Amino acid sequence: MNVVEQGPRAADPLVIAGRSFSSRLFLGTAGYPNQKVMLDAIAASGTELVTASIRRLDLSNPEEGIVDLIAGRADLLPNTAGCQTARDAVLTAELAREALETNWVKLEIIGDRELLYPDVEELLSATDELVRKGFVVMVYCNDDPVTCRKLADLGAAAVMPLGSPIGSGLGIANPHLIELITARSPVPVVLDAGIGTASDAALAMELGCAAVLLNTAVSRANDPVAMARAMRHAVEAGRLAHRAGRIPRRRYAEPSSPQFGLVGS
Amino acid sequence: MTKASSVALPRIRVNGADEPLAAATIAEFLSQRGIDPAGPGLAVALNGAVVPRAQWQDEHLNEGDRIEIVHARQGG
Repeated sequence: MNVVEQGPRAADPLVIAGRSFSSRLFLGTAGYPNQKVMLDAIAASGTELVTASIRRLDLSNPEEGIVDLIAGRADLLPNTAGCQTARDAVLTAELAREALETNWVKLEIIGDRELLYPDVEELLSATDELVRKGFVVMVYCNDDPVTCRKLADLGAAAVMPLGSPIGSGLGIANPHLIELITARSPVPVVLDAGIGTASDAALAMELGCAAVLLNTAVSRANDPVAMARAMRHAVEAGRLAHRAGRIPRRRYAEPSSPQFGLVGS
Repeated sequence: MTKASSVALPRIRVNGADEPLAAATIAEFLSQRGIDPAGPGLAVALNGAVVPRAQWQDEHLNEGDRIEIVHARQGG
């Protein structure tokens, strides 16, 4: 199969819960220098899905929401960022469904405030409840094949293991585990959190991830718009490389030039 | 306002802050605060349960109610 002639986009859409995406990059909307840079970065990334958070409205000083800002540029994926219990996450998801008229949610339940590490027990409980309530649940979770399988069994539409802690930029701390997860998962695997630069995103895709979700690596880059473009290409390159099939690793050299007709032989 | 009347005034909790109850419905409360009830990205929970937008006109506020008024904003 020649993946290049088929075209990386036309022939290879990402499908989550029946929805088709031509871009395999999802982008967070937090922490950009200003709104123009964020919008330009969204355009440069080619993403079709960006995340949003659900927060109390400041009643004394209502600030601009994100809906009108993003309208027509990408779809919004609300998250439950900051929630520490299944109960709070489910209510947040329900508020998000009402606010954004979407049943999609990025489920995030934090078990450690310093590490922002997922709380598996709460995730399993909330995933079960949200799936029963008709949500399309994409779960930010541990890079643990067993947890990922349990979440998929409960009906998660996608599992989103962390590469390394949120916002750390440390890349993919355990590529072997990510590869095991992608090889065995019945649902799309989205690498979420830890991406620092383009090579991390490419590696995620080479390991078999269906998509990459990132925020800080773009929003805090010196030039967020240029980094967004780099991430777009990295995700496409990594996906192409994954489908093309890498060569096996060898312990010794394997000459690439012919070994006959050498000058002086 | 006399001290006696302020003590007697029923109170509610809005986004975690205690305040006097001065609106009959959720829609009236939002209007009093200059928030357009038809604005995009808004949602309201009353005592831990989401109140659909279509019910904001009818949902009455009572003493001791806990209201969460949220909106979608930038996030990762």
